[in-house]
Amino acid sequence: MYAQMIKSTGQGVKSDEQMTEQERAFQARIDAGEKIEPKDWMPDGYRNNLIRQIGQHAHSEIVGQLPEANWITRAPTLERKANLIAKVQDEAGHGLYLYCAAETLGISRDELVDMLHSGAMKYSSIFNYPTLTWADMGAVGWLVDGAAIMNQVPLQRTSYGPYARAMVRICKEESFHQRQGFHIMMAMCNGNQAQKRMAQDALNRFWFPALMMFGPSDKDSVHSAQSMAWKIKMNTNDELRQKFVDETVPQAHYLGLTIPDEQLVLNEDTGNHDFTEPDWSEFHSILKGDGPCNVERLEVRAKAWEEGAWVRDGMMAHAEKRASRKAAAG
Amino acid sequence: MSHRHVGSLHAPDGEMAIKNARDVYTRRNEGVSIWVVESNQVLASSPTDKGPLFEPSNSKVYRHPTFYDIPDDVGAM
Amino acid sequence: MDHAFEFLVRQGDNVLVLGHRLSEWCGQGPVLEEDIALANIALDMIGQTQLWLSYAAEVEGANRTADDLAYLRDAWDFRNVLLVEQPNRDFAVTIMRQFLFDAYHVPYLHALESSKDQRVAEIASKCRKEAIYHLERSSSVIVALGDGTEESHKRMQAALERLWPYTGELFLSDETDDAVAESGLAPVLNDVKARWLQTVQSSLKDAYLQMPDNDFAQIGGKSGIRHSEHLGHMLSTMQVLQRSYPGAQW
Repeated sequence: MYAQMIKSTGQGVKSDEQMTEQERAFQARIDAGEKIEPKDWMPDGYRNNLIRQIGQHAHSEIVGQLPEANWITRAPTLERKANLIAKVQDEAGHGLYLYCAAETLGISRDELVDMLHSGAMKYSSIFNYPTLTWADMGAVGWLVDGAAIMNQVPLQRTSYGPYARAMVRICKEESFHQRQGFHIMMAMCNGNQAQKRMAQDALNRFWFPALMMFGPSDKDSVHSAQSMAWKIKMNTNDELRQKFVDETVPQAHYLGLTIPDEQLVLNEDTGNHDFTEPDWSEFHSILKGDGPCNVERLEVRAKAWEEGAWVRDGMMAHAEKRASRKAAAG
Repeated sequence: MSHRHVGSLHAPDGEMAIKNARDVYTRRNEGVSIWVVESNQVLASSPTDKGPLFEPSNSKVYRHPTFYDIPDDVGAM
Repeated sequence: MDHAFEFLVRQGDNVLVLGHRLSEWCGQGPVLEEDIALANIALDMIGQTQLWLSYAAEVEGANRTADDLAYLRDAWDFRNVLLVEQPNRDFAVTIMRQFLFDAYHVPYLHALESSKDQRVAEIASKCRKEAIYHLERSSSVIVALGDGTEESHKRMQAALERLWPYTGELFLSDETDDAVAESGLAPVLNDVKARWLQTVQSSLKDAYLQMPDNDFAQIGGKSGIRHSEHLGHMLSTMQVLQRSYPGAQW
């Protein structure tokens, strides 16, 4: 899952003359396609932007488990249940890879988690929407994972080595997620009236939130330009959103579903679809904390963390006791 | 047996690290044996553990995209 | 009563109910590594459910599928032991329940590998590979937390005492157990108990936990005569779609 709305800490792209010699050498390495590794020198802005981006990305994976976990206990067949557990479990794994990548930048997982719980760091707004029917498991896989994959594939080439490697692994593992979702949608659309209704309803509720996952239009954003120069961000939000719409429209047709946008039309000149922008005021209000599920999602995460404290402490205490017993015996 | 670095994780000690690595990094049957390294210490699982440690995920075919039969005319996914 | 069917459903229901309980933890584990590990065990158990219940349905010969058995039976037709339907409560209860079951599951499956029914032997052999790993993990976690801190020790001891009365049912033979032991389909439960006890004693010792010296047993799960109140709630959640939309394909 991808974290949008990264607020960069930089002041826009520095010109050659504004850069120090060290910064120029750093930029030259990035331009040459070299990977930056943890022990290499890097500008503070690069480090801080990455911590924020990887951290948000990790949090999105972890919080992103919740809307789907909401249906694990109600999955309608043994096979669907296993598929869904595997997918939600993958998300935990992806969160873990990303926290580990962030840790190479000098911040601990505990610090990152604290920032999530305090609201100092965000996660993707999409997970603040509720999952109300089984068809939402289809829509989330098809649309939300579809959008996430589109965001993540280019990040395999990002300039920071540990992040790029985490993304390679994540993209490989996520390849089944979108198909799993579409497979559920196919069953629903071939099903009875109630199932078809669930499928259309899920598309209606998730279409615009999925478009929001790419973030607001970034054509005027200086922050975005700096992130692209550093190859932390590989494409503009609008490019990816357009690509997503163009790929998804025929899939919806295949399912016999209607995309909830009356303005949606194939533009003969560009070959792309023209479509209605999502309601950005809704997006900003969710980022502020006013989405349908913001409070609950954070509450569940914080509770799990607090209630798990004795387990983490107990494990550590045992490891220390055992090491000292060994030392005493040795 | 040649080993490759696959990633990092948290664990209170070496033995739990091997167990966690098995759970985290071999969900798709990618592993044969695991090494974990903490500062100067190296601990390794034994290749004879291959049975219980690695066979189970062979059966989790649903983790692979080809498990989900999607008609070709839907396009790449 | 068809003892073979009854026996197979018991195997399937144990792992279905326990796998379901574990899946309730998804996204809420005490630490990411543990969240992932619990999901792995849940996945193994759902997979094992499919093997046992499919075979049960075949043996029954009434045109039912594994999904029919899982989703369209009421609580009184479930044949899992009471231990596995106990709610998760805290992580201590969850992992202790897992350990007490795994310690039984491994030797029981081992014995089933010599079943005179080839199919049972094959399923058991596949399941045992997974169960060995489950036991390895659950036993090391109870050892760690039993030793750990004062709080973790207290919680583990409390979990053990709370669950202990549910362990007896695993080994109390009833008519079905006797019949399948007699026919060579399954082992004599008392033989399995000795190995269970050995594992439990040795791990509890390493965990500095006190084994309760009370052999009172709550029964009624594997016979289906008296499940706990918890099973009905679990099934009402698990079966909601199949029950609400009869005959729908998912």
